[in-house]
Amino acid sequence: MNPAIGVEREREVLDRIERARRRKPVLREDRITMAHGAGGKATHTLVSALFLESFSHPALELLEDQAVVAVNGSRIAITTDSFVVSPLFFPGGNIGDLAINGTVNDLAVSGARPLYLTAGFILEEGFAVADLRRIAESMATAAAAAGVAVVTGDTKVVQRGKVDGCYINTAGVGVMERPVSLGAANVMPGDAVLVSGPIGDHGVSIMLARGELDLACELASDTAPLAGVVDCLFAAVPDIRCMRDATRGGVATILNEIAATAGVAVAVDENAIPVREEVRGACEILGIDPMYAACEGRLVAVVPGGAAQAALDALRSHPLGAGAAVIGSVKADPPGMVLVRTQFGGTRIVDMLVGDPLPRIC
Amino acid sequence: MRFVDEFRNREIAKDLAAQIARLARPGRQYRFMEVCGGHTHTIYKHGIEDYLPANITLVHGPGCPVCVIPMGRVDDAIHIARQPGVIMTCFGDMMRVPGGHGSFLDANAEGADIRMVYSPADALKIARQNPSARMVFMAIGFETTAPSTALTLLAAEREGIENFSVFCNHVTIVPAIKAILDSPDLRLDGFLGPGHVSTVIGCRPYQFIADVFARPVVVAGFEPLDVLYSVHMLLRQLEEGRCEVENQYARVVPWDGNPKALQVIRRTMELRPHFEWRGLGFISQSALKLRDAYARYDAERIFALPGVRVADPKACQCGEVLKGVLKPWECKVFGTACTPETPIGTCMVSSEGACAAYYNFGRFTRERLQEAVR
Repeated sequence: MNPAIGVEREREVLDRIERARRRKPVLREDRITMAHGAGGKATHTLVSALFLESFSHPALELLEDQAVVAVNGSRIAITTDSFVVSPLFFPGGNIGDLAINGTVNDLAVSGARPLYLTAGFILEEGFAVADLRRIAESMATAAAAAGVAVVTGDTKVVQRGKVDGCYINTAGVGVMERPVSLGAANVMPGDAVLVSGPIGDHGVSIMLARGELDLACELASDTAPLAGVVDCLFAAVPDIRCMRDATRGGVATILNEIAATAGVAVAVDENAIPVREEVRGACEILGIDPMYAACEGRLVAVVPGGAAQAALDALRSHPLGAGAAVIGSVKADPPGMVLVRTQFGGTRIVDMLVGDPLPRIC
Repeated sequence: MRFVDEFRNREIAKDLAAQIARLARPGRQYRFMEVCGGHTHTIYKHGIEDYLPANITLVHGPGCPVCVIPMGRVDDAIHIARQPGVIMTCFGDMMRVPGGHGSFLDANAEGADIRMVYSPADALKIARQNPSARMVFMAIGFETTAPSTALTLLAAEREGIENFSVFCNHVTIVPAIKAILDSPDLRLDGFLGPGHVSTVIGCRPYQFIADVFARPVVVAGFEPLDVLYSVHMLLRQLEEGRCEVENQYARVVPWDGNPKALQVIRRTMELRPHFEWRGLGFISQSALKLRDAYARYDAERIFALPGVRVADPKACQCGEVLKGVLKPWECKVFGTACTPETPIGTCMVSSEGACAAYYNFGRFTRERLQEAVR
């Protein structure tokens, strides 16, 4: 084939694919599979094609980690999250502090001050009370550290085997005290992308804690409340475009959501992404990209390009942001894509996760 | 990270790229096939093509074990998994491979118990922990993974574990390469030999490629510099008019392979008369089954399998892609009807599949990608 014709044909095919990608997702499966809970493409399809259809509302359609709604002149942020992590106890934390920090962080990254949380417990018949007490105490400690209170709750017990020990749902409300409206839609070419610390600690810790891989290392989950880090960042950069906490699906998923929503390209330098040696090593062995590994105490922030250094200094001024880094920038083309300059010096796409490398990490 | 970063060094890569550019004759098109899916993955993950001149094309071969499993075998596996008391285990990549009636993930949603393991030894552990269950390990892969299946069989025999069996889908690499070389539309100038397989079988079995088909072979490692250096070695052979089997991956691959690994394969398994490969059709003596002495561990003999051959979907051109006749994007359904989330063909499933690798990592013209990350 004439090379010039080949390039032209490849371009046509790629355009056709982009059109196909922009089509509204269709839920094809008859039953829920584990992929629908993995936070990747199948989850997005499920949410868009099923839940959004049922619960159509402008606040929901933004698909942020929380909704910001007006109540009697005040702006309130509201969110909810369920926790089914296995094992319940792992280096660096347990399901209890995870359940508090997860909801606190979903509120904090909207710019809200987290205030009150709810806690719902679904317990398995036979679950040890001592374990439940440890979990509750961790929740109390985490809530105090984050400056929030658990003010209402619910308890259900089901027969042995119907759940795996203990599942927790938390919901939370916070108040928007700053006149800001963060969101992926604000992101524009020229912006800078930061992470607040090394990525993947939580996902890899959980994987190792399960003991199935016979790998051992000194690594703990990064579960932590991010409200303090967010305050530092706002003090230095009031015009933050968008923040997300990089939980299930990792930094790669967050960046893909931002790129798709804002219609921009996010270009990342692999060498700039902070990853601990332990995490890199485990990911290398398991064939997982650290960019997909979950964090529970790290945020991704997009700020105007000129504010990148100020944002970096602000993040690093807080103990939970000490390992922060500028990892990339926002470009105009190709829209909706996340691209990486690899450690090796080549280029590749980082798409949203397909399939589920590791279920039940949070 | 030691033993990894050294093989991803940008400065050495630039130097090698300059040497490659000098060796490649302008006006000539070079097409090298990397046989192994592990190479395909490495090429895209690290963006190796950015270092190659435009007249060198890497063609992605059939060496992805998931990609060559025909749909009928997936259906057979699901049939086994649906039998009462069966726990099936497999490598993670198999979970999403579509059969005639859905994938393992779908089968699980309908009540089957198919679990992902990293090693057949883990499957045996599950058998020990669940003595009342019938544990079936779906074994896939080339000679790379066959020794670990063989060792697990020997362990099961030694320990007298009777609730463990293997659904054997191991395949052998040489007949597949031969099928590609025999195909009339072949346009390849050389091969990057499969490094992992060669740790077991060594480099000798590729001699016929050089002797009979007059194509150079370089057995290649899996880090990006390994791949670049192997391309360089292929070009040098062509330039110097040589046609040989060379070993770039000598730090891991002994010329004669691993006799102990070959021995345990031979002890537990034998060649099938023929086996169907997805996209390539039936290839004689291209797969392994358990020997009669291990019949009690052979899921194919324990369970009555439907064994129905399922034709590949009409639109699917996996065969042409596996043979290197079509590039992934040239397939009619690539990226529209067939995507990683809803694969029609197996090349779109595993991250080592040519189509999935291209879709996930490379799906833009190089110029546009390079412009964006500049």
